[in-house]
Amino acid sequence: MSLMTMIIKMSEGLGKTCAIFFLTLLFSLPLGMIVALLRMSKAKVVSAITRFFITVIRGTPLMLQLLAVTYGPYYLFGANVSRNKLIPVVIAFSINYAAYFAEIYRGGIESIPIGQYEAAEVLGYTKFQTFMRIILPQVIKRIMPSVTNEVVTLVKDTSMAFTVSYQEMFTIGKQIANSQTSFMPFVVAGVFYYIFNAIVDYLMGRIEKSLDYYR
Amino acid sequence: MADFNKSESMGAQEARNILAVNALQKSFGSLQVLKDISLRVEQGNVVSVIGPSGSGKSTLLRCISFLEKADGGDILYDGQHAVKDGVYATKAELNRFRTRFGLVFQNFNLFPHYSVMKNITEPPMIRGESREEVTERASALLKKMGLEGKENAYPCQLSGGQQQRVAIARALALNPEILFFDEPTSALDPELTGEVLKVIRQLAEEKMTMVVVTHEMPFARAVSNRVIFMDKGVIVEEGHPEQVLGSPQQERTRQFLRNYQR
Ligand SMILES: Nc1ncnc2c1ncn2[C@@H]1O[C@H](COP(=O)(O)OP(=O)(O)OP(=O)(O)O)[C@@H](O)[C@H]1O
Ligand SMILES: [Mg+2]
Repeated sequence: MSLMTMIIKMSEGLGKTCAIFFLTLLFSLPLGMIVALLRMSKAKVVSAITRFFITVIRGTPLMLQLLAVTYGPYYLFGANVSRNKLIPVVIAFSINYAAYFAEIYRGGIESIPIGQYEAAEVLGYTKFQTFMRIILPQVIKRIMPSVTNEVVTLVKDTSMAFTVSYQEMFTIGKQIANSQTSFMPFVVAGVFYYIFNAIVDYLMGRIEKSLDYYR
Repeated sequence: MADFNKSESMGAQEARNILAVNALQKSFGSLQVLKDISLRVEQGNVVSVIGPSGSGKSTLLRCISFLEKADGGDILYDGQHAVKDGVYATKAELNRFRTRFGLVFQNFNLFPHYSVMKNITEPPMIRGESREEVTERASALLKKMGLEGKENAYPCQLSGGQQQRVAIARALALNPEILFFDEPTSALDPELTGEVLKVIRQLAEEKMTMVVVTHEMPFARAVSNRVIFMDKGVIVEEGHPEQVLGSPQQERTRQFLRNYQR
């Protein structure tokens, strides 16, 4: 198989790689905020349960979580393994990344000085207005570097989908490598991920810059 | 409550008490920070609160601005009970009371992601005022604070003295009946305190009602109608500034002022 054919075949999986990437961000970014708020809840039970959830997700391999979400329903309830594996893959990724984002959000929220809340309260902002208008924008600025880190990791983590044979770019590459006994597909995959992350870096850098107007 | 308000309005010649505090109590755990604080602030008066660190000055301001929940006593604005015997009015009522006062913090607490203009205009807009009317008022206030041309600056681009003046403008933009200051110049470099004190002095000349917690004795002496000396959660001495600062009656006041001059 020529290098060109290899590249073309693997590019066909890029759409799926992108699907995992964008859908995971779409769900995990807001879900992470919900988890963070539950984690900071004044109700001790709620925050304890959420904390346990976060430690489980962060303390076990993503690969295991992918297997659990994809095949768990079959072993537990005899349910059919879904034909479109994108669904379980995105569910597993979203839950996993939500746990990481939640901790980033929490750190950001807790780093905002109490005086910001007090000033807003005295000026007549409601709790919701205070969060949306005063706290959240400052949190976003502060956590951008950590979020960028996670997003870059997510690009590389999409390759984990090979564990459940979802036909994204890396899975295809791995299959070619096996059938052709060639190392080339891994090099191609590496280049793909590198370019993908260069774009991510550039875009995140732009966002960070756009928030540079204040300290 | 209706009865109370009636009795208050009977003495028509009496000056209006914008703020009245009766037997205010506040503890943090077993530490009793405010023991039995009562005070009145008449319309157009400036009351300075002095006292050693930890005497409860900030806690007093935080209680009357509802940032801290008092354990007992009354807080009245213009004769209306916000707190009666330690029982607070409803959330909605408290929010209406909040429009009556403004609070200026030691470290400004401006919103760093907002321009100077937005810091001042957003709170009244949140309360339903139109942008046009608020912007006009904000521009006038900035001019008064000597901050013309700073409308589009961000707080981080301003000196501490300028930031504090923006904070004062922000509080004034809500048209409060009374302004509270908690050591408004303590976070400033010495050469910047003057510009902030000058603004407060100007407000005093315009008969703005104010309570100022301060360590600036000459300022307190020059500007206040009344000085309150607090120590360990009680008001030890209060009266005309010349009396309290010039010839204090209580030994504790004398001691505090002596240490202060050193
Ligand atoms: N949130 C809190 N929890 C526990 N203790 C507190 C709290 N806030 C204040 N205190 C204590 O209450 C006492 C009075 O504090 P406060 O800040 O009112 O004093 P202050 O007169 O403003 O002093 P300073 O001149 O240093 O500002 C202090 O002993 C302080 O440690
Ligand atoms: Mg204080």
